[in-house]
Amino acid sequence: MAHLTSRKTQPRYDVIVVGSGAAGGQTAYTLAMEGVKVLMLEAGRNYDPGQETPMFQTNGEAPLGGTGTPDKPFGFHDATIDGGWSVPGEPYTNASSDPKRQFAWWRARMLGGRTNHWGRIALRNGPYDFKPHSRDGLGFDWPISYEDVAPYYDKVEMLVGIYGTNEGMENTPNSPEGILQPAPRLRAGELYAQKHGKKIGVPVIPIHRAVLSQRQDGARLAAKIHPNNPTAQRVLAQAMSERAACFWATPCGRGCAIRANYQSTTVHLPPALASGNLDILTDAMGYRVLMDDNGKATGVSYIDRKTREEKTVSGRIIVLAASSAESVRMLLNSKSARFPNGLANSSGRVGKYIMDTVGAGLGGQIPALENLPLHNEDGAGGGHAYVPWWLYKEQHAGKLNFARGYHFEFGTGRGMPGAGTSNGLEWLTGGSYGKRFKEDSRRYFGTFVGFTGRGEMIPNDDSYCEIDPTVKDKWGIPVLRFHWKWSDHETRQARHMQEMGKAMIEAMGGRIRSQPKADGSDAIEPGGKIIHEVGGTIMGADAKTSVTNQWCQTWDVKNIFVTDGGPFVSNADKNPTLTIMALAWRASDYMLEEMRKGNL
Amino acid sequence: MNSPLPPRPDRRTAIKWMLTAAASTTMLGRVGHATTSPTESPAHPASTATTAAPVTAAGYGTDPDLVKTYKPGDVWPLTMTDAQRATAAALCAVIIPADASSPSAADLHVHDFIDEWVSAPYPDQARDRPVILDGLAWIEAESQRRFSKNFPGLSETEKTALCDDICFTEKATPQFKQGAKFFARFRDLTASGYYTTPQGMKDIGYTGNVPLATFDGPPAAVLQKLGLA
Repeated sequence: MAHLTSRKTQPRYDVIVVGSGAAGGQTAYTLAMEGVKVLMLEAGRNYDPGQETPMFQTNGEAPLGGTGTPDKPFGFHDATIDGGWSVPGEPYTNASSDPKRQFAWWRARMLGGRTNHWGRIALRNGPYDFKPHSRDGLGFDWPISYEDVAPYYDKVEMLVGIYGTNEGMENTPNSPEGILQPAPRLRAGELYAQKHGKKIGVPVIPIHRAVLSQRQDGARLAAKIHPNNPTAQRVLAQAMSERAACFWATPCGRGCAIRANYQSTTVHLPPALASGNLDILTDAMGYRVLMDDNGKATGVSYIDRKTREEKTVSGRIIVLAASSAESVRMLLNSKSARFPNGLANSSGRVGKYIMDTVGAGLGGQIPALENLPLHNEDGAGGGHAYVPWWLYKEQHAGKLNFARGYHFEFGTGRGMPGAGTSNGLEWLTGGSYGKRFKEDSRRYFGTFVGFTGRGEMIPNDDSYCEIDPTVKDKWGIPVLRFHWKWSDHETRQARHMQEMGKAMIEAMGGRIRSQPKADGSDAIEPGGKIIHEVGGTIMGADAKTSVTNQWCQTWDVKNIFVTDGGPFVSNADKNPTLTIMALAWRASDYMLEEMRKGNL
Repeated sequence: MNSPLPPRPDRRTAIKWMLTAAASTTMLGRVGHATTSPTESPAHPASTATTAAPVTAAGYGTDPDLVKTYKPGDVWPLTMTDAQRATAAALCAVIIPADASSPSAADLHVHDFIDEWVSAPYPDQARDRPVILDGLAWIEAESQRRFSKNFPGLSETEKTALCDDICFTEKATPQFKQGAKFFARFRDLTASGYYTTPQGMKDIGYTGNVPLATFDGPPAAVLQKLGLA
């Protein structure tokens, strides 16, 4: 892939985009394909998935059998570079010393950011998810509805390539005909869970993931995505022709050298660069937004990580797509006499209402899966099935003691062995070793299942971030300080997840390894651990109570947009990446329109 | 736990599961080591406490070459003594011996993997280091006490007699509790090293990591066995 990372940039661009992940990639793509001159800043280094992805390396070929370490938290072969819940020299702080009141912030310093390793689960928010306050009186409604976003979900799904099926379930939208890629067949354990889940009313359906199960029909899709733009159609059709279909091997978290899965670096950036309208500066750590005397943004300053100098670039529009907390940090670090509380913060809400996803789960062992005839279960490098939230009616009727839903992700089968394979079997084997241990290992391999709940968190006043008054990172940039608190809605939901995980394992005739926690606050993962960081620059219909309008445009400074997860006003159980891309595309269309009209 | 989740729901979930599972199953050993004083555990050889001097090497950093193939010793130096390695190799062969279908863990040099593990400059491995090194010393001391021979020199029957006392944490008598915690952790590491080799992956029944034109799902025989046909 020809990555343009020239340090000879133009004196002035139409749009500066800070960040190169799902939000930055989508924003730059949409604008560049329409002829807008874009400069993208990425804090990390250049990254080429075509050359750097370990596609068939086994765990035995990695140090420590590939196990996760502080240097590579998700395992040695995980795509993440210079990232994790801690980044050397780039700290953040927490106001509380209580672990349950802390937020753990995942960052990746590389072109494409967190999209290189994400789980590729791509679920649409449903109609309820945009109007949660109207349904239960908690949190906030979005200033937009599902119908406003649906056309953009369609476009993103066509561009990226999402496998899945339309099941017509409540608040789990179908995609229009001809958009989804075929869903891969379910694995044995997934089918077994589907059959036995029915006994307790738990639906198991094909999941939606950003992986090509077949090659894209570039000409057809490009014509639908870019009507009336033959140049864009040609560039996109070419880029799509360079992507291969999944060959059913290698976990997606490593990235994908054949570009079968979505990463910003495999899908957004190649055509955007090929359009000739995108320049990318890597090793450029965004610092502040620069302003003129009339309250208009003029550019961005960044630290050149190679020289440690502060440099500036200028553009008509500034788009922050740096990850919701990093964008908050830039706005708050851009304070001036005119904006004493930080930029775009007349509402006082920059940094407020940050959210993650509720995470809890339970695992067990399924005797029925023992000694199955050997077969290759690698599949699409991730799940083929999941459990969508299924208790909408019970919850709406007040029969549950928490307000919002969750889904289950789960994995089964004989995946590639790693450090941890055949570990901790004593509870099943009574401590076998020797030849019996080898037999037990064969017997139990691939018979474990873990139901992993992923649920909606309601925004609250106690979960926010601000600038730490004293701490700076190695670049001299003031860092974020986090405040965090789960409400009873989340901790009770976490408990429910474990109870239902147990119910599923037992419905499958399995044995659980440990009992659900009595107190949900012991079951719930710490804030930030699910890496679904959203909020902090929430959108709204009223400038007094929100940071951006429905177009992700800040109320206070018309030529600043935030297209990452920051404008989310709720965080449905559906994983946020697909919605980030849809909203970034929608915001970019608005920018194009406003530029055409001469308003920006 | 036996790779409870191969990377399926997503990579993050999978790894977290692996870590959670590892933590839950090895917590006893780790906590035990951290909190046990010699007086609580007569079998724990206080004299070997110094064998587990912490390592000082650097790790592979946050941007290692992912495409390269690594073997133990490539990134940080191995630190076991020849005697420790000999004991570890012998124990590897007891835990995973050769059988009709595959070689032993010692044949595949899994003790090198364990040496790499206890020599690694990371927190989890640093916690395992004294568990493993002190445990190897304990095995040798116990071998001398019972049979007046070093562990590698024991007969199969003698090795079995010793390991039977420590192979199941739950059932181990108080004098063997500490030895059992060591054995559980050592068995886990032996499995980790063995089942990530090509021979071990084949032996456990992993048939993937090959490109396919189509993914056809489970074969009919599997569906039939599960009552899904």
